[in-house]
Amino acid sequence: MVAEPVYAATTVPLATGLITFDNLTIGYDRHPAVHHLSGSFRPGSLTAIAGPNGAGKTTLLKTVTGLLRPLDGEVRLNAISRRDIAYLPQQAEIDRGFPISVGDAVAMGHWRQIGAFGGVTGALMRQARLALNAVGLQGFDSRPVGSLSVGQFQRMLFARLLLQEAKLIILDEPFAAIDAKTTNDLLGLILRWHGEGRTVIAVLHDLEQIRTCFPETLLLAREPVGWGPTAEILTPDNLCKARAMIEAWSEEAERCRR
Amino acid sequence: MTQVMTLALDFLFGPFVDFAFMRQALVACLALSLGSGPVGVFLILRRMSLVGDAMSHAVLPGAAIGFVIAGLSLVAMGIGGLIAGLLVALLSGLISRYTALREDASFAAFYLMSLALGVLIVSTHGSNVDLIHVLFGTILAVDRTALVAIATVTSLTLLCFAVIYRPLVMECFDPGFMRAAGRWGGICHGVFLVMLVANLVTGFQALGTLMSVGLMMLPAAAAKFWARDVWSLMLTAAAIAFTSAYCGLLISYHAGIASGPAIILVAGGAYVLSLLFGRADSLRSRYLRSSHLTA
Repeated sequence: MVAEPVYAATTVPLATGLITFDNLTIGYDRHPAVHHLSGSFRPGSLTAIAGPNGAGKTTLLKTVTGLLRPLDGEVRLNAISRRDIAYLPQQAEIDRGFPISVGDAVAMGHWRQIGAFGGVTGALMRQARLALNAVGLQGFDSRPVGSLSVGQFQRMLFARLLLQEAKLIILDEPFAAIDAKTTNDLLGLILRWHGEGRTVIAVLHDLEQIRTCFPETLLLAREPVGWGPTAEILTPDNLCKARAMIEAWSEEAERCRR
Repeated sequence: MTQVMTLALDFLFGPFVDFAFMRQALVACLALSLGSGPVGVFLILRRMSLVGDAMSHAVLPGAAIGFVIAGLSLVAMGIGGLIAGLLVALLSGLISRYTALREDASFAAFYLMSLALGVLIVSTHGSNVDLIHVLFGTILAVDRTALVAIATVTSLTLLCFAVIYRPLVMECFDPGFMRAAGRWGGICHGVFLVMLVANLVTGFQALGTLMSVGLMMLPAAAAKFWARDVWSLMLTAAAIAFTSAYCGLLISYHAGIASGPAIILVAGGAYVLSLLFGRADSLRSRYLRSSHLTA
């Protein structure tokens, strides 16, 4: 038996992963943010990505969603296309004062069914209302999005995610600046998606949250520190390693020869 | 009493009853308002207000070349302006995509070059009067061909809005979401830029290249203080634009002043009034508190 590298998901062979990284190096303008990452996300897995600021977490998510091209290596999607991915960015370029009602904004989660011209039928509207109820925003349909607080806005975006019925859901720090009650409600939705067999990847900073809700963790610090079952990855030793990460960005950096 | 009524009616409608050129000008303004108002609303929603301004200058060399070739013909100048405007939009888009320069900066660079080139062409090939015509427009000289051209562009604009309405609204609200949903985001941006240039070009026979953007931005900015939905913003903007145009024409007729500036100044007045007394987020609603509700 060949020992697998520590950072590969230990439970599955690489070929059956939903997303597989093959010696992936990503970054901006030839300067890498994450070096030489290999491993894969199992279909139906619930994985947290943890690591200090500047560890390359967001860069990794952007590469998976196709917003960034890898500097080296590749990302392989297996049995899904980019359109099956629902992505909630950390700082969405959403115009929060836009004159649109909460109901309309959420109903656009049906985009894959209705596209640019399809009608929003009564059934689809009902689903949108149910999604609003599920995130605790019942009765908000006709309110303008500009009147929502930050937490309520995040709930609304989760309602839209609910309608998208995506096979892969990617969340970038979904609970930043969100109170405990909202966080708990939204965590419940994430567990519901997990129960429905969807693959969920979330960048999180709260280690307690990760330990209680996320079976698997990828600990990132510009290089993979560990990737596997959460209990085995979030060890004091690994966390120490992650903290010691150097935020090196040098104009004169040499070519990487690994 | 009836005498006052007659006088008032004569003041308000007389010029349009008596003179065909006033009627044509009014119809041209109606068409322009229906197209420009909604385009202006989306310019504001997309935070592209100044891009509209830049584009209105960018069309000048194309219009000037059309003018040199065919004289003061809206169709020839319009086609020239359309080509010049789209070229500037395309080049600025490409530059901002492939270099570090932001879109606003590359737009500014191109429209300044474009404007200088346009003024140069007109000043070497025409008299100063012609230059004034191109820069400031003459709505009272709108002929049948020009009217048909304006009406065509307006109809196409409204049709385009109907077709791309949903993706365009979503693209303004959440561009990241539309990027993930497929190609619509890019298509909308392109179609919208074409609509913008086409409406600016039809506006400049009436109002001149420098001021045609005024009938877009001022009514749209004023509408922000009255309406809270995208569709009602579009409707309000078009209504304010047409009312301003009607009042402007009337004032220009009775006071014997230039029509273009008169129309834009009335639109400016509508903006100031909306800013002060509008229903939504105006200064009045900010400083005159009405009693609050229970929830």
